Amino acid sequence: MKTNELTLKKAIELLDKSEISLSDVYKDTESVIAEKNKELNVYLDLDKDALLKSRGQERKPLRGLPIAVKNNFLTVGLPTNASSKLLDGFMSPFESTVTKKIKESGGVVIGKTNMDAWAHGSSTETSDYGSTKNPRNTSYLPGGSSGGSAAAIASDMAIAAIGSETAGSIRQPAAWCGVVGLKPTYGRTSRYGVVAMGSSLDSPGPLTKTVEDSALILNYIAGKDENDATTSPLPIMDYTKNIKKGVKGMKIGICYIDHQKIKGTPVAKAVIAAGKFFESEGAKVDLIETTPGLKKGKVLSHEHAIGVYTVVQRSEVSSNLSRYDGIRYGKDRSNFGHEAKNRVMLGTFSLSKGYADKYYVLAQKIRSLYLSNFKDLFSQYDLLISAPSPSFALPVGSLGDDPMFGELQDLLVEPSSLAGICGISIPCFRDEKTNLYLGLNIMGNYFNEEKILQAAYNFEQGTKWNPWAKI
Amino acid sequence: MGKNMSNYKVIIGMEIHVQLKTKSGMFCGCKNDPDAKKPNIYTCPVCLGMPGGLPVANKKAIEWTIMLGLALGCKINKFSKFDRKHYFYPDLPKGYQISQYDIPFCYGGKVETSDGPIGITRVHLEEDTGKLIHDTVNGEKVSLIDFNRSGTPLVEIVTEPEIYSSAQAKEYAKKLRQIIRYLDISDCDMEKGGMRLEANISLLRHPQGVRNETGHSKGVQLPKYKVELKNINSFRFLERGIEYEIERQREILEKGETPIQETRGYNAEKGITYSQRTKEEAADYRYFPDPDLPPININDKWFSEIVSQMPEAFEDMFGRWIKEYKINREMTELLFETADQAKWLDKLFSEAIKEKLPVDKLVNLLIHKKIKLELFKADQAQIITEYKKEVTVDEITDDVIIGYIKKAVTANSQAVADYKAGKGNAMNFLVGAVIREAKKKIEFGRLVKLIQSSI
Repeated sequence: MKTNELTLKKAIELLDKSEISLSDVYKDTESVIAEKNKELNVYLDLDKDALLKSRGQERKPLRGLPIAVKNNFLTVGLPTNASSKLLDGFMSPFESTVTKKIKESGGVVIGKTNMDAWAHGSSTETSDYGSTKNPRNTSYLPGGSSGGSAAAIASDMAIAAIGSETAGSIRQPAAWCGVVGLKPTYGRTSRYGVVAMGSSLDSPGPLTKTVEDSALILNYIAGKDENDATTSPLPIMDYTKNIKKGVKGMKIGICYIDHQKIKGTPVAKAVIAAGKFFESEGAKVDLIETTPGLKKGKVLSHEHAIGVYTVVQRSEVSSNLSRYDGIRYGKDRSNFGHEAKNRVMLGTFSLSKGYADKYYVLAQKIRSLYLSNFKDLFSQYDLLISAPSPSFALPVGSLGDDPMFGELQDLLVEPSSLAGICGISIPCFRDEKTNLYLGLNIMGNYFNEEKILQAAYNFEQGTKWNPWAKI
Repeated sequence: MGKNMSNYKVIIGMEIHVQLKTKSGMFCGCKNDPDAKKPNIYTCPVCLGMPGGLPVANKKAIEWTIMLGLALGCKINKFSKFDRKHYFYPDLPKGYQISQYDIPFCYGGKVETSDGPIGITRVHLEEDTGKLIHDTVNGEKVSLIDFNRSGTPLVEIVTEPEIYSSAQAKEYAKKLRQIIRYLDISDCDMEKGGMRLEANISLLRHPQGVRNETGHSKGVQLPKYKVELKNINSFRFLERGIEYEIERQREILEKGETPIQETRGYNAEKGITYSQRTKEEAADYRYFPDPDLPPININDKWFSEIVSQMPEAFEDMFGRWIKEYKINREMTELLFETADQAKWLDKLFSEAIKEKLPVDKLVNLLIHKKIKLELFKADQAQIITEYKKEVTVDEITDDVIIGYIKKAVTANSQAVADYKAGKGNAMNFLVGAVIREAKKKIEFGRLVKLIQSSI
C-alpha cells in the first residue's frame, strides 16, 4: 500500500513507529497528483515546498502531513481565488483561522482545491477554472461546492482535507465521492479568513477518509475565535475520546424519506438500511413523518426550506460580494460568472425596499420555524438520519442552465443548515456498476458533534462501505 | 430676517455625526487615529474590507454610546443589533457600512435650549468610512483613498424636526458638543471632521398667514420637501447657512413654487448654499441585520456598570455649583470641558468655600490666568495658596500712593483728558500705570478713589 492511501490516524501511527517517513508520504502524494490532477482538476495551486514545510512538524499533532484546503480559505503564500477569475492571482496578506490552526497543529497545506466559484453551487461546474471530476468515476461530478476537497480525499491526493458548507457543500460532495464530510455546528469553527458566502450559514469543516480522522481534524480547528464574533465560547473537547461508545440506548429518527421524490429510491433504501443497522446495534429507531406545517414530533417539510434558504443565502451573497466593486483586487465586476451575477441580482431584489418584507423578512420568520422544529425533535431524539443528497453523483454537464440546480441537490440538508445544527456524511452504499457512492447524513443537536461522530464511527466500523475503514 | 417671514414657520431637524475617541476601531483592533499624518498606516483586513475579514464590535464604543444616550435623557434598547447599510462609494471598502437601522442603542431623549426643548429621536453607533484625497501625482489627476479613518467609531445623533431658528440650531449643536466633551468620549474637533453637522431645513406656510407666536406645538404637518444642508464644519457656518437657506426657500415659496428636495453644501467664502445632489427618491440601502455580529443584549449587570461610569449630569452639577458656590455659569463654563476636570474644580471650589473665599473671583482669576499653576494638574490647596497671594495687597500708605499717582498722571496726560471727557476705560489704563510705577499690589477700588481725588 502506498503511504498516500493511509488514513490520517494510520499515517500518524506509522510515522511514530518510524515505519514510514514524511518523505514517503510526500513522494507518494505528489506522484498521484502528477498522475491524476490534470484529469481530475482537484488542485488549482500546489505548494512546491510542502515537504520542506513538513520538516520540524514531526512532533506536532498532525505530524507534518499534507492537508488539502478549499480555495475559499485565505492562505499566506498560496493564491486564494474562491475559483473565481475575479480574485485570480490574489495573494492574501493574512491566514484564515482554520488554516492557521491546521498549520500550528503541524499540518501542511499541500494545495488549494477547486470549488464552485464563490462556493455557489453543488457540482464544481460553476468554477471559473473548469469542473473537477469524480475520482470514483470520471464521467461524473464530484458534487460541491467543496468538490475539490472531496475529490482530493477520494483520489488519495491528501491525507485529509478542509472544506466549508453553507448548505450541503461538505456533506453532498463527501457523499458523491464516497468520503467522510463533517459539517460542524454553526459557530463551532471560525469563519475568519474564509471568503464569505452566506455568513449566517457558513461552517468550515473536515473532509476525510474516516470518521475518526474527521474527529481528529475537528479537535484542532474547533473553538472560540476572537476574530469571529459568531464563534461559540463553549469549550471544545477531544472528539475522539468517546468515539467508540456505540449507539446503544440512543433514539434515532429517520427523516425525509417518505417524500414523494425520495420514497422507494436507492437513497431511501440506503437510509432505511442504516436505520436497521443502528437498531441492531441497540438504538431505538423511528421513522418520522414529514409534514407541510409545523407539528410536534414531525419533521417540517424541506420544501419551504428551499425558498427560505435561497432568499437568505442570496441576500447575504449580494451583500458579501459588494466589496468586489472593481476598485480593488485588479479585476472588475465583469469577471463575476453567471451564477454569481444571478445570485447577486436575486439577493439584491430580496432586500429591496417594498420587497424585503415579502422575501427576506418572511424567510427569516420561516427559518425560525425550522429552528423550533429541530428543537422539538431533539427533545425526543438523540440523532436524526437522512441522506445528504437525493441521488448518486450526476454526470458531468448536469448543471446546464438550471439556476436551482444546487438547491435541488441540497434540499435534504437545507433545513439543518438553516437551523445551524451539525451533521456528518459517511459512505453508506456503493453501486458496483458505476463505482458511485451514496452518503448517510447523521444530524445532531447544537454542539453535539461528539454524538454524531459516535454513531458515524459505529456505522463505518460495522458496515463494509468505507474503503478505508479497515486500514 | 426677510419680509413676510411671519407667514412662514421654519422647521429644522438635525443629524450630527461624532467620532468617538476609543483606543481601537469600531470593529477591529487597529489604532483609532483617523487623522494620522501618513495615510493607510492603521489598517487591517477588517477595516479594509478584505475577503474573509470579520467585524468584532468594540465594547467601549457601545458603552459610550449608551452613556451619551443617558446624558441626553434617552431610553435605551437593551436588545440591539448592527445592520448593513449598502451603498457604493470608493471610500467604503465593503460596499456596505455597518450601522444601526431599526433598533438604535438610544431613543427618545431631549436637549434643553433657551427656546425650548428639542427632542432627540435616536442615537446610534456605526463605523466611519475612509477618506478620498483628490491630488495630482506626476502631472496626473488621481483620486487616492486613505483608510486610516475607515472603521473609526461614529455616533449619529438625530433630532426631531423641533428646531425653529438658526440661532436655536446653533445653540443645540454647541450644547451637544458640551455634553459630549463633558463625557470625554470625543474631542468633537470640527476642523478635522470629528463632529459633522447636518440640518434638514424647510419652511411651512402658516395657514392664512396667521402668526403663530409660540408655534412649537408638536403634530404640525411637516412640509412636503426638505433641504439637507451638509458637511458644515463650524457653528457659525451652520447659523449662516441656515439663514441663507431660509431666505432662499422663502423666495421660492413666495413665487408659489416648492423648493427641490436636495442636498446642499455651504460655501463659506461666498456665504451661500449650493446644490450638491438632488434626491429623486429616497435611497434604498437594503438594510438587513449584519450576520457577522450577534445581537447585543445589555443585561442588568452590564447596564448598571455603564450607569456607574456616568458622571453627575451636567445641568445638575451647574445647579448645585450655582447654589453652593455662587459661581457665574458663563464664566465657569469657559474653564473646563470634561467631567474629570469638573470633578477637580468641584474639589477646588469646595475648599475655597471652606476658607470663605469668593469662588466667583477665584474663577475670574483662573480664566485670566492670574494664577500660574496648571489647572487640573496642580493640587487644589496650591491653587488656593496662590489665589490668596494674588489677592493680598501690599501695605502702603495713601501718601506714598499719591506720590506714584502724580508721576503716572503727568506721564499720561492724554488718559486723564480722556477720562475727564467721559471715557471710563481711561481709568483702567491709569490704574495700570500707577501699579506699574509702584510695583506693588494695591486694591483696585482704593486706587480708583485716590486717582479720582488727585485729578
